[in-house]
Amino acid sequence: MRGWFLPLAVAFGFIFLYAPIVSLVVFSFNESRLVTVWGGFSTRWYGELLRDRQILGSAWISLQVAFWSANLAVIVGTLGAFVLTRFGSFTGRLVLTGMITAPLVMPEVITGLSLLLLFVSMELSLGWPAGRGITTIVIAHTTFCAAFVAVIAQSRLRSMDESLEEAARDLGAGPVRVFFDITLPVIAPALVAGWLLAFTLSLDDLVIASFVSGPGASTLPMVIFSKVRLGVSPDVNALATIIIGFVLVAVIIAGWLMRRAVKRDIG
Amino acid sequence: MNALTRSVPWRGTAWAFGKLGLSGRSLVIAVPMLWLGVFFLAPFFVLGRISLAEAIIARPPFTPLFERAPDGSLEIIASLENYRFLIEDALYRNAYLSSIRVALISTIFALLIGYPIAYYIARAPEPKRSILLLMVILPFWTSFLLRVYAWMGFLRTNGVINNTLMSLGIIDAPLRMMHTDLAVYIGIVYTYLPFMILPLYANLTKLDGALLEASSDLGASPMVTFFTVTLPLSLPGIVAGSMLVFIPAIGEYVIPALLGGPDTLMIGRVLWDEFFSSRDWPVASAVAIVMLFLVVAPIMWLQSVQNRRGID
Repeated sequence: MRGWFLPLAVAFGFIFLYAPIVSLVVFSFNESRLVTVWGGFSTRWYGELLRDRQILGSAWISLQVAFWSANLAVIVGTLGAFVLTRFGSFTGRLVLTGMITAPLVMPEVITGLSLLLLFVSMELSLGWPAGRGITTIVIAHTTFCAAFVAVIAQSRLRSMDESLEEAARDLGAGPVRVFFDITLPVIAPALVAGWLLAFTLSLDDLVIASFVSGPGASTLPMVIFSKVRLGVSPDVNALATIIIGFVLVAVIIAGWLMRRAVKRDIG
Repeated sequence: MNALTRSVPWRGTAWAFGKLGLSGRSLVIAVPMLWLGVFFLAPFFVLGRISLAEAIIARPPFTPLFERAPDGSLEIIASLENYRFLIEDALYRNAYLSSIRVALISTIFALLIGYPIAYYIARAPEPKRSILLLMVILPFWTSFLLRVYAWMGFLRTNGVINNTLMSLGIIDAPLRMMHTDLAVYIGIVYTYLPFMILPLYANLTKLDGALLEASSDLGASPMVTFFTVTLPLSLPGIVAGSMLVFIPAIGEYVIPALLGGPDTLMIGRVLWDEFFSSRDWPVASAVAIVMLFLVVAPIMWLQSVQNRRGID
């Protein structure tokens, strides 16, 4: 695989990855309403976006949902990972192992539909949750995000030096103290990564949210989907550009922090 | 706060729970167990039960499982009618088969595009390697929906590709690319490419360079070395990457809904329409149950086999 073939194939691959994104950004500054015909430079779609109450409202809902889902997913996922890596054998271990990995491969339509049917049945028999909205979306997102957090936390818990925990126990610390004073600080970077992943996954989800949401609680992907289903629209390009900008800045900051952490560890 | 006073609340709490007959251990197990039991496992029982019901115009739109008979006893109402309907109606059979076909073709394309990239990155010197790897992952962090949307602007009749080709004089009339199966393949490959590249890359970096040298020292051309040494050794990476593309592609809804044509049948889309358009919850549940057994059960089985092998 030497010579011209490999670089050409790689160049093609990266063009394939980036060309649509670049064109999305370029045409967000297009004056014309015909998204893909250039009509001169303009920022009018950004202005329209800022005046669009529906988009702003749904963005706010999405951020709230993602924040709470990520918090809860870190708690549930970390506890699940901790129990599976540190507690040895207990009744229901196999069930927990299955329940914590299965959401990773479960098609979204199945997760969404089954959770909705659960919420409807619970409302009929228990009276809770009354109707569907932000709460039900948070519960659904927590459940599938916890699986991703658990994967990250589990690999960190397995690779961490267990003699630290043993030493603390030998010095008389109780199990709760060992967890909060030793285990948690050591695995904290993995949990931050898990939180960020859960936050992103929740912000991104369309299918599950569409099933378990109710009237008045449309998330940002739901609003975007109903818009783009009718065809391309320039204000969605502007929105995409803003999101891509945020991601770029976040990745640069994360990369810089990681480099600093690596340098500190070495030096 | 010193160490002693800090430990007081912990000890007090532990003591109180001990008095209640709850060990800290079982409490810690209970949190993830209960959450996932209620919100992940229980929904499947509800799904199974509603798949045996019948659609009615009411709230909720399905018949109850128990009904009081005239003599006062409880009767269980359950029928396999929905499943018979799924088997007899060719639409559902075709949708299942067509989902598998679309996922398979997309996986092959993703492998063909992803393999050279993974290979190139694995061979690249260090600063370049990290940058290229980051460039592969970066699109994954932006919205999935917006990445699919980007292709709508690219592929449509008046889109970027057609406009470019027409202005270059390569074609006279715009090609029809939107709302075709081809658009669905492109969408799936585009969305899931990082999932193909990352396991391949992880596998290819572990490849022992001495083997490649030995092969070329023994007179094999780079081509022969690639097909007889590199490719067979990277098979685990190929399998892992292909699974990560194939599995989510089968149940995909958004990509066929936005890029596919009205004749692009995929099971995720059939389930969605059955639920949101036809409002037939019992049939949608039956579709989901069949999908669960056809798609998820083999994966779970494979995973448990792999786990067992990993422990032994």
